[in-house]
Amino acid sequence: MGVKFLEYTLRIGGEAGQGLQTIGGALAKVFSRIGYHVFTHQDYMSRIRGGHNFYQIRFSDQKISASREILDILLALDLNTIEIHRKSINDGGFILYDSEITKRKFEEPEFIDIPFRKIALDVGKNSVMANTVATGAALGMLGIGLEALKNILRETFERKGNEIVKNNIACAEAGYNYAVKNCPRCEAFGIHEPEYKKFMLITGLQAIGMGAIMSGCKFYSAYPMSPSTGIMEYFASRAEEYNLVVEQTEDEIAAINMAIGASFTGVRAMTGTAGGGFALMVEGLSLTGMTETPLVIAEMQRPGPATGLPTRTEQGDLLFILHAGHGEFPRVIFEPGTPEQAFYLTNKAFELAEKYQIPVFIQSDQYLAESEWTFENFDLDNLIYNDYRVREKDLEGIEVYKRYKYSSTGISLLAIPGEAGKHLVVADSDEHDQEGHIIEDSETRIKMVQKRLLKKLPLIKKEIEAPLLYGDPSPKIVLVGHGSTYGVIKEVVDTSFKDKKVAMVHFSQIYPLSERDRFDYIELFENADLTICIENNASGQFAKLIRAETGFEFSHQISKYDGRPFTIENLKEELHAYI
Amino acid sequence: MPTSEDYKGQIPAWCPGCGNYNILSTIKNALVELGIEPWEVLVVSGIGQAGKLPHYIKCHTFNGLHGRTLPVATAAKLANHSLNIIAVAGDGDCYGEGGNHFLHAIRRNSNISLFVHNNQVYGLTKGQASPTTAEGTHTIIQPYGVLQEPLNPLSMAISQNCSFVARGFAGDQEYLKDLMKAAITHKGFALLDILQPCVTFNKINTFKWYKDRVYKLGNDYDPSNQVKAFEKSLEWGDKIPNGIFYKHEKEIYEEGVPAIQENPLVRQKFSIEEVKYEIEKFY
Repeated sequence: MGVKFLEYTLRIGGEAGQGLQTIGGALAKVFSRIGYHVFTHQDYMSRIRGGHNFYQIRFSDQKISASREILDILLALDLNTIEIHRKSINDGGFILYDSEITKRKFEEPEFIDIPFRKIALDVGKNSVMANTVATGAALGMLGIGLEALKNILRETFERKGNEIVKNNIACAEAGYNYAVKNCPRCEAFGIHEPEYKKFMLITGLQAIGMGAIMSGCKFYSAYPMSPSTGIMEYFASRAEEYNLVVEQTEDEIAAINMAIGASFTGVRAMTGTAGGGFALMVEGLSLTGMTETPLVIAEMQRPGPATGLPTRTEQGDLLFILHAGHGEFPRVIFEPGTPEQAFYLTNKAFELAEKYQIPVFIQSDQYLAESEWTFENFDLDNLIYNDYRVREKDLEGIEVYKRYKYSSTGISLLAIPGEAGKHLVVADSDEHDQEGHIIEDSETRIKMVQKRLLKKLPLIKKEIEAPLLYGDPSPKIVLVGHGSTYGVIKEVVDTSFKDKKVAMVHFSQIYPLSERDRFDYIELFENADLTICIENNASGQFAKLIRAETGFEFSHQISKYDGRPFTIENLKEELHAYI
Repeated sequence: MPTSEDYKGQIPAWCPGCGNYNILSTIKNALVELGIEPWEVLVVSGIGQAGKLPHYIKCHTFNGLHGRTLPVATAAKLANHSLNIIAVAGDGDCYGEGGNHFLHAIRRNSNISLFVHNNQVYGLTKGQASPTTAEGTHTIIQPYGVLQEPLNPLSMAISQNCSFVARGFAGDQEYLKDLMKAAITHKGFALLDILQPCVTFNKINTFKWYKDRVYKLGNDYDPSNQVKAFEKSLEWGDKIPNGIFYKHEKEIYEEGVPAIQENPLVRQKFSIEEVKYEIEKFY
């Protein structure tokens, strides 16, 4: 496979509703628990039953951060999967299938026919457990992980009773043993369980949700929309444990206005959506700007325009998010490259939102949102929590509290209505005076624009971290990415063009751009021979942003706009056109 | 105890003679009589002439966007259910731009009051038809007359089993005050639709026009019967009933949200230490 370390890619394909996520989720967890690094990604259609979906798992004894096109194992739950993905099988790879399900028998050596359904009926007394048989069989081929799988089955089915747990475990064992017995050639995988070390396995959405909870977010309002819904599901699953309010609203307009209402009333609040839902939120975004209400907004991009490709991925909303909202007000946009970055940037989003009383975006996409990554740990000591709200005791000595009092920083005290003693908190979407009441005179207007926009901007800019330079410190070839392309660009830098001076510059804190005193990335670009901006969109939106803000123009652009993420192979192929 | 002086806000920018002045002074009197202090009440409004009202009362205020009064008020109540929360809106604001929120606020049954200044016309944008303008009314935008039937907010609310549905008239401040007090003290979502003459743009539904028609629902009227209430809400024309059309208590939204059963959300302390174990779930 041209790599020195152990790594395999496994793809599970079938129709929606066949349980791909159950199998894929269990396998990913097994690998991460026995000490492999895991990267998964999902490719599915916008339908609940039928069609064709797949769940891909790559695992390795080295850190990995992207998907491959070439498969070592294909677990086919229907005939369609075999027909579509057969061509992607690596030399020495295998296709697991059940000829009773596909109604067709394959005699070629790479095919292993395992009676998933029959074993499930014989051993588990229920054909539903065919998925457990298949999961066991996949592990049997590799010769690893049966104990870990048994534990996962116990955790998953505990609440359904002992009988179900017992039958699932029996099915997993039967599938495992069947594969061991009937695939002698599988020993070629040569896998052993690595030195025992548990990894955490987490998606971008979960990392955002956990980041929010660990930042003191107590209120999440949203309207379901792929691929953002997972954040709301995560919040709802933790609501009782951490005393969170999760509100499923009648529309996205209500979602953002509720989050604003909760934040105004003193609670850290967040909303989340995808591009179409965010379009409805734009008026509310402007309201946060005028009322200086702290707010964190997660915008999980999917390909547009309009309904677009609901379950697929694109980085097509960057300039929309950047320019959304009537009028002028400050905003910050983060676009994490990994779940770990998503976690810390969500925490930073809450910090900046409340410190500067502004909207802060966590912008991501379906690819990062739903991909699972493994990490040893997140260092929780790096989390920030400062409570910038003021209450009665903080206002002692102040005769009349003014919500929008002028200050040298543009930041006014953020009092909580009802918790500020007899002080009153007045917020207004009209232009207003320091107390928050409607005004129309030009003198006050000018002062207010200076206060909420011009004075805050340079301070906010100072908070932004420089982009990450990875690879050669004085590169001749620079691969530039933002957000979810981090992992694939990094692996390309790690494994390709070894004879060239190559580096990646990755932006995750994308707006405002960081000051260049700590790292002058523009100078680095100017000193390179080739600067290639890699984006999961058609028009090169990040390249436009860099040009608009700095005047620098990248020498080349790689755009992918088929609704799918870059894989290592297809990014390399694109790069070979220039390098 | 608060006095009406404590509630004295900014100088109103309404037209002289506007029905809103009566509503303003009545709200203040109702709050004073209920013994609610200015710092115990949050008035949330949208945009329109009614939307300016909280500036003219001295209390916590969130004057948000046109039509978006109810989402803000609902969330504010979830964040701090110890606050008295009154949402103030106009007919265009609440029944037009914010119609969807109105429907869902009824379903939620948050413990908030909604006062709708219903003048059957757009005031701030100068005289266009509103959702409650009578069919056939001529305006600058509808020179051939309004083609739609007017929306009946009371019937709509009663049909959706709204917990408290009432109508008052800006020209009868004593009765309006009683209705406001009943709405504020009602446990659940309380709609009070207020007939409010617009002296500039509505030359039909004047103070006199209403005075000749409104009457109070008497002691013999039973506000607990949803079907009878619906029937009563259809009455409009020569006789216009005022009073509490429909009232019943049921579980309020805040009672069903586990997170806020002990303390208001805003008073719940947070420390990272207490949530750190969350990460263990991902191994």
